[in-house]
Amino acid sequence: MSPDSPAVLAEGLTKRFASFTAVDHLDLRIEKGEVVGFIGPNGAGKSTTIRMLCGLLRPSEGRASVAGFDVGRQPEEVREHIGYMSQKFSLYGDLTVRENLRFFAGIYRVPHHDLGERMRFAISMAGLEGREDVLVRTLAGGWKQRLALGCAILHRPPILFLDEPTSGVEPEARRRFWDLIHELAAGGVAILVSTHYMEEAEYCNRIALIDGGRLVAMGTPSELRQRSLGGDLFEVDCVPLGAALKALGSAQGVVEAAIFGDKLHIVLGQGGLSAEELPRFLAEREIRVGSVRPATPSLEDVFVRLVSTTRETRAAS
Amino acid sequence: MMAEVNEIAVRVHGLSKSFGSVRAVRDIDLAVAQGEIFGLVGPDGAGKTTIMRMLAAVLRPDAGEILVDGVDVVAEAERAKLHLSYMPQRFGLYEDLTIAENIFFYGALFGVPRGERIARSQELLEAAGLLPFRRRLAGQLSGGMKQKLGLICALIHTPRVLLLDEPTTGVDPVSRRDFWAILYNLREGGVTIVLSTAYMDEAERCSRLALLHGGEIRHCDTPQHLKAAMPGALLAIASAHPRDVREAVSGKPGVLGALLMGDRVHVRVDDAGRRIPELRAAIADQGIADAVITPAEPGIEDVFVALLGEEKPHEP
Amino acid sequence: MNIQRLLAMAYKETLQIWRDPRSLAVALLMPLMQMGLLGYGVSLDIKHVPLCVYDQENSQASRAVVDDFTASNWFTISHTIASEAGIRRAMDRGECAAAVVIPVDFSRTLAATGSAPVQAIFDATDVNTTNIAMGYAQGVVAQTNATIAARWAASHGVQPSLVGRVDFEPSVWFNETLESRNFIIPGVVAVILALVGAQLTSLTISREWERGTMEQLISTPVTPLEVMFGKLIPYFAIGLLDAAFCLAVAVFWFHVPFRGSIGILFVTTALFDLVVLGIGYLISVRIRNQLGASQVALLLTMLPTTLLSGYTFPIDQMPTAIQVLTYAVYSRYYVTILRAIFLKGSGLTDLWTPVLGLVAYAAIIIWLAARAFRKHL
Repeated sequence: MSPDSPAVLAEGLTKRFASFTAVDHLDLRIEKGEVVGFIGPNGAGKSTTIRMLCGLLRPSEGRASVAGFDVGRQPEEVREHIGYMSQKFSLYGDLTVRENLRFFAGIYRVPHHDLGERMRFAISMAGLEGREDVLVRTLAGGWKQRLALGCAILHRPPILFLDEPTSGVEPEARRRFWDLIHELAAGGVAILVSTHYMEEAEYCNRIALIDGGRLVAMGTPSELRQRSLGGDLFEVDCVPLGAALKALGSAQGVVEAAIFGDKLHIVLGQGGLSAEELPRFLAEREIRVGSVRPATPSLEDVFVRLVSTTRETRAAS
Repeated sequence: MMAEVNEIAVRVHGLSKSFGSVRAVRDIDLAVAQGEIFGLVGPDGAGKTTIMRMLAAVLRPDAGEILVDGVDVVAEAERAKLHLSYMPQRFGLYEDLTIAENIFFYGALFGVPRGERIARSQELLEAAGLLPFRRRLAGQLSGGMKQKLGLICALIHTPRVLLLDEPTTGVDPVSRRDFWAILYNLREGGVTIVLSTAYMDEAERCSRLALLHGGEIRHCDTPQHLKAAMPGALLAIASAHPRDVREAVSGKPGVLGALLMGDRVHVRVDDAGRRIPELRAAIADQGIADAVITPAEPGIEDVFVALLGEEKPHEP
Repeated sequence: MNIQRLLAMAYKETLQIWRDPRSLAVALLMPLMQMGLLGYGVSLDIKHVPLCVYDQENSQASRAVVDDFTASNWFTISHTIASEAGIRRAMDRGECAAAVVIPVDFSRTLAATGSAPVQAIFDATDVNTTNIAMGYAQGVVAQTNATIAARWAASHGVQPSLVGRVDFEPSVWFNETLESRNFIIPGVVAVILALVGAQLTSLTISREWERGTMEQLISTPVTPLEVMFGKLIPYFAIGLLDAAFCLAVAVFWFHVPFRGSIGILFVTTALFDLVVLGIGYLISVRIRNQLGASQVALLLTMLPTTLLSGYTFPIDQMPTAIQVLTYAVYSRYYVTILRAIFLKGSGLTDLWTPVLGLVAYAAIIIWLAARAFRKHL
């Protein structure tokens, strides 16, 4: 892998199972030291893509190179240069912390002279000093998670694949985990995190949105927010909500309107109602307006918007 | 602006449950108003499912009192089941039965007369967009469709109180949105909904929240009030070098926390007015030129971490 | 009990059975297979025992003895051996189960002393076969003796009828052809019913736990009795159908004589069905995973029914302690009843003891099963 080639490069990556296309001509590029989020609902093709990138599945079409090795032709070399953390953390509950680390060190063939130092590093990263001989199954979620990460990087891989790494973990632990990820990235490791939880994407440098096996959009979180909405998002506090929704749903310039909690979220596009005109518009229809405030779209809103547009285009074509 | 507070649909007092030596639920008090969407929010292991199961009369509490629609759930569990409807995390769908057969089965169990069952099932299936699939086996449905079917089965007998345990876990965002549209519709019709979720951002869609941690309710209020209760103010500092920005601001006076995101840093400060210029200077000192500081609206997770944030070493 | 809920449970269960290939295989194919296997495969009669002959004399008299052995269908000559070592070899190889050795001076000894020994050797590694073969051999020899005596009497001018002897005329009641099949097959029906019934029901509750539907079921107003009876209805029907099928095969295919009343047969079969289903249901409630439940069900049905119900081994031949134990074996009562109805044509008055046993068993099992299912986690 030369210094400026990407850590992961996929071009037209495709995988078909009989008549079902799980991954459809995916292009992906991850630079060294980057954290890329692979975001999409369950069944969108994330796991299949990762399996191909790990050299576990042969692509039906297209190519991918990981750490400079072709996944189709050099899967063994690929596997020696990646670390993988699976959803359920793959730790052995009936072994101790130390025993788990030793096991994975053996699997990844960590050189003997490096072993001690790597194990110490992993233990301190997880915060498990003094608890090396504790059975893993007695640890709470966040600790297991960090330990699993430690096990995945014992052999200093330049590339890391994390599959739903924060499922079932407390918010504080999750934030600590993401700090670790960013530290690793600062050291030059390229990291691909796959998750169905949209808000996780905020922690990534760039996001690849996947739906139905296809790449829907790619960019930084801010870029995606700006691109997707087709307008500005406002939060409207009004009563009664149902009537307001009906009234606005068909109004000029309203790209989208939906109830959110006790308020209304609407997206106003060009050439129609403006935010200032809203209170009067609603008052005319006997709806009491409390406030109209600009709001930040969540990544879930972004995803839904982008996916609907893509699905519409696909259906029309 | 709040709707008038109606009568209390679900009242809980002193609810507790232990499993062996583990105290899963500790002395919980709740009051859910009629027509509310009430959220039990907390990470895995906080006790959400245990509480939901006790409310649904599927699990017996060690102590405490639960009143649903005026019925004592603990003393008259079977009678209470007629007033409520429960959708557990695993949906309870019979994979080897069709959509229609599943709905009919649950309808019969709740004593819905045949004619009404047919009409109501038609209505619900149409609203959920599942009518063309009524002869499909439940095992062949996608995650989102299963979720809708689960909800329909729970609604077939027109309950007044709906209990949903983590209903949108693993479901794609488009389906989740449809799901919430259905919930809001129900709310308009006067149904009281109690749901549990580990997704902090989903919690924002509820009328009121209870933040659950370690089996206890630590805070209970509307999302807005909870955000207002969060100590300090939240700032978003956008930059192409977020790591460097965080380095620059960490530990500075008045900084209560700095969270590294993908393309910005979320910083919690004690006093925005005072600290913004200070931070701006600190960042410029580090040679970072592209940082932009804006006030940010805290999410429920920010609130949760700020109010509760301690991590436990072992399972409680 | 709410009929609507009961029927809803029964209907759902029926749909599930219909759509589950494994359940269908157990319900329909297993009885067929078992009837075939046990009906044809198992026989306590032993015919055509392979016999080696070592005729050292090779005279007319010795050959006559050998002929007597083969005239009965009980023995077939497999080898003619020329040495004693040859006998050992043939038995080692399993080519014969018995051997007859006729000494070199057989005729002379017989003529001179009036009796001559003939040696019979048996491979007793299979004791059952040996005992029976020995019995046959004695029968053959007795026959031979009778013939010889008659001939002697004739050759010496004595009327054969004046030679005293005792004739043995057995009169076999109820199973005239002494077909062991007639004895076994009614018991087979019990085995099949026990196996199929318990296997099917043992999965029903465990399956709901394993698939995650139990939690929601408990949250509905359905009562434990409605769940139990609703689930058992389709299995009960299947059990009766299987029993009817097996009994029909027994009578019309295997020609086991049937002399009793169909009505009593139906009632007792229904009772036994109930017991067996109840046991399966109890297992299902207690064991929340399907694999474990079906294994325990196998254990609690196959073993007692095949070993302790009187199906293969007569109860009155067992040690007293075990005999007492068999009162706890539900299939014991049914096997007794079945054999009695088939072969003896017994009525209720004769059968009231085992019938009472079945009724008591059914009542206890159903009561236990109903109590065992609790409507909370």
